[in-house]
Amino acid sequence: MTAMRVRQAIVAALADEMRADENVIFFGEDVAEAEGPFKTSEGILEEFGPVRVRDTPISEMGFTGAAVGAAMMGLKPVVEIMFIEFLGVALDQVVTEGAKMRYLSNGTLSVPMTIRASVGSGLGFGCQHSQTLEHWFASTPGLKVLMPSDAQSAYSLLRAAIQDPDPVIVLEPRILYAERGEVDTSKVTKIGKASMRATGSDITIVALGHMVNIAEAAIKAAGVSADLVDLQTIIPWDRETVLASVKKTGRLIVVEEAPQSGGWGSEIVATVTAQLFSSLKSAPFRITTPDVPVPFNGGLEARFAPTSDDVARQIKHALSQSGAPQPWWVAEGVAK
Amino acid sequence: MTTSLERRNALYDNDLACYERMVEIREFEKITNALFAAGSIRGTTHLAVGQEALALGMATTLKPTDVIAGTYRSHALALAFGLTPHSVLGEIMGKATGCCGGVGGSMHMCDTSVGVLPTSAIIGGGMPIAAGAALAFQVQKSKNIGVALFGDGATNIGAFHESLNLAAIWKLPVVFVCDNNVYGEYSRINTTTPIDDLHIRAESYAMPHMAIDGMDIHAVRKGIGEAVDRARSGGGPTLVEAKTYRFSGHSRADQALYRPEGELEKWQKRDPLLVTEQDLIARKLITQDQIDQIKSTKEADLGALATKVESDPEPELSAMFSNIWTPAKAGK
Ligand SMILES: Cc1ncc(C[n+]2csc(CCOP(=O)(O)OP(=O)(O)O)c2C)c(N)n1
Ligand SMILES: [Mg+2]
Repeated sequence: MTAMRVRQAIVAALADEMRADENVIFFGEDVAEAEGPFKTSEGILEEFGPVRVRDTPISEMGFTGAAVGAAMMGLKPVVEIMFIEFLGVALDQVVTEGAKMRYLSNGTLSVPMTIRASVGSGLGFGCQHSQTLEHWFASTPGLKVLMPSDAQSAYSLLRAAIQDPDPVIVLEPRILYAERGEVDTSKVTKIGKASMRATGSDITIVALGHMVNIAEAAIKAAGVSADLVDLQTIIPWDRETVLASVKKTGRLIVVEEAPQSGGWGSEIVATVTAQLFSSLKSAPFRITTPDVPVPFNGGLEARFAPTSDDVARQIKHALSQSGAPQPWWVAEGVAK
Repeated sequence: MTTSLERRNALYDNDLACYERMVEIREFEKITNALFAAGSIRGTTHLAVGQEALALGMATTLKPTDVIAGTYRSHALALAFGLTPHSVLGEIMGKATGCCGGVGGSMHMCDTSVGVLPTSAIIGGGMPIAAGAALAFQVQKSKNIGVALFGDGATNIGAFHESLNLAAIWKLPVVFVCDNNVYGEYSRINTTTPIDDLHIRAESYAMPHMAIDGMDIHAVRKGIGEAVDRARSGGGPTLVEAKTYRFSGHSRADQALYRPEGELEKWQKRDPLLVTEQDLIARKLITQDQIDQIKSTKEADLGALATKVESDPEPELSAMFSNIWTPAKAGK
């Protein structure tokens, strides 16, 4: 075990994969000479040199698409997208090209590429630099979508992503880059496998990314015995673990840092409700952000993503009543 | 209270007022930097130090009814086009008094009363929009024009090329202004782009193009003026490359240690404030004493403003739910 910050765990995972396989190459904006705007590639250029580690122009469509092409020819490119929003200008190459190559080649081609992108609110970057946007990708068959919640998962998920034969998007909660944790570098996660952050008996909480940490604090604050499932992979998500847990507890809350409409949590609530209807003790529900852009103002942004206080409130509700609680903005009469 | 439009109108045919506004921008950015360092500003800032002549030259060549789509580096643009220091600083500090009510932040300036469209924090984001605004003016047979202001780094994004081509074939009344300040983030432009003169990219769209000295307000007015006249008279788009220099780091705490030695010092001799002072002194429009006076007055005024803005009201919680959409009106 080594103590590392999340951003260092990302560097370590990339470096370990680059050492293990010379087909792994890495590029993005200001990732080589400057070692990354978030210092997520410290020492990478120095160790692996300018053939495998490159700075790109501000051309996300070009370099992300180039990663697709290079992957089809046998390399394992890793690209960094500084803020997930910048993938907007490259969506065709990811969703419509990269995700379809195996299919359109009758299985003769694969696209073993990894896209790393920073995501999330809480740092005052405003509505064009604070979204999580996992739902942009979660309904594209052919992609795999991962999100770490701490240093260990940042390391283990990135290694799994780079080793995977398909296009994988790793969404890194920016707010965690400086957080420290213990990392076991022998651990590589299996994509599609959730991890149990806590185990308990009364309720199952499923969360992703930074929301796992929020849910963990909420469980403590509420003083309940809960299973906390860190989903880690959004597609394909770990049905087995989630269903087994809810079968045991009879209650489910999903915590998402994304707008209420169209989130992946609906998929989980729908699946659990359909498969475990008769063993549920209360209505499964989701805790999400409101359907609004991420506000810049600090006081407002602090209310945007689910907070541990509000998650604790809703956990207590779930344990005492059978119907779902109202989101805070309805409960407080701020919005419908 | 002075309105944005009044502040804008005060600049036309008044070189002294333009100089004072340039000083205002410079002092404003110093304060922004200090407030950020002190933790009073959240998130990020992209200072526009060095952009003063370009901003003022554009503001006094365009009419308040023309529209401009800028970027995250738009404090100079906003102040030059008329926004009050209060509304700009209010936004940067997330206050209800900000030009976007405090929900936008430093990267998002807007004031439609002087043609400042919401500035985009996505590279290239404003370029098709400026072309689209120009399309509206063309269809509406109005004499207004659209302008896009963007950086050197933005010439490598697809939106740049698509906007230029579209504007060229539709002969749109739009001016594309590239602020070539030599750097895109931490990368010198020559490491990401194989040509030095970015304006020649317009060649392949059969679009008129030119380079101008972006540190001299007169050169800016002359170049932009030519492009504006062309657009207004139905002659279609122009790509103008303003040669400038980014005196600050890219954003936040970046100290720009990657600059070659001596480069900053070389460009400081072309500091737009200095260039303007020399011009005004030569034309006997100002004395050194007056210059010093203007600087110390602006510094004091903005210092006082910063103190005031710090205690401005925060936006209400309901602001988070406002201005997202309106309920459908058509159909039943
Ligand atoms: C599509 C996209 N990619 C990357 C970024 C991150 N980014 C913000 S500013 C910047 C540099 C832009 O350089 P330039 O166009 O020269 O403008 P300057 O900052 O020098 O004014 C980059 C890469 C972004 N905002 N949008
Ligand atoms: Mg630049």
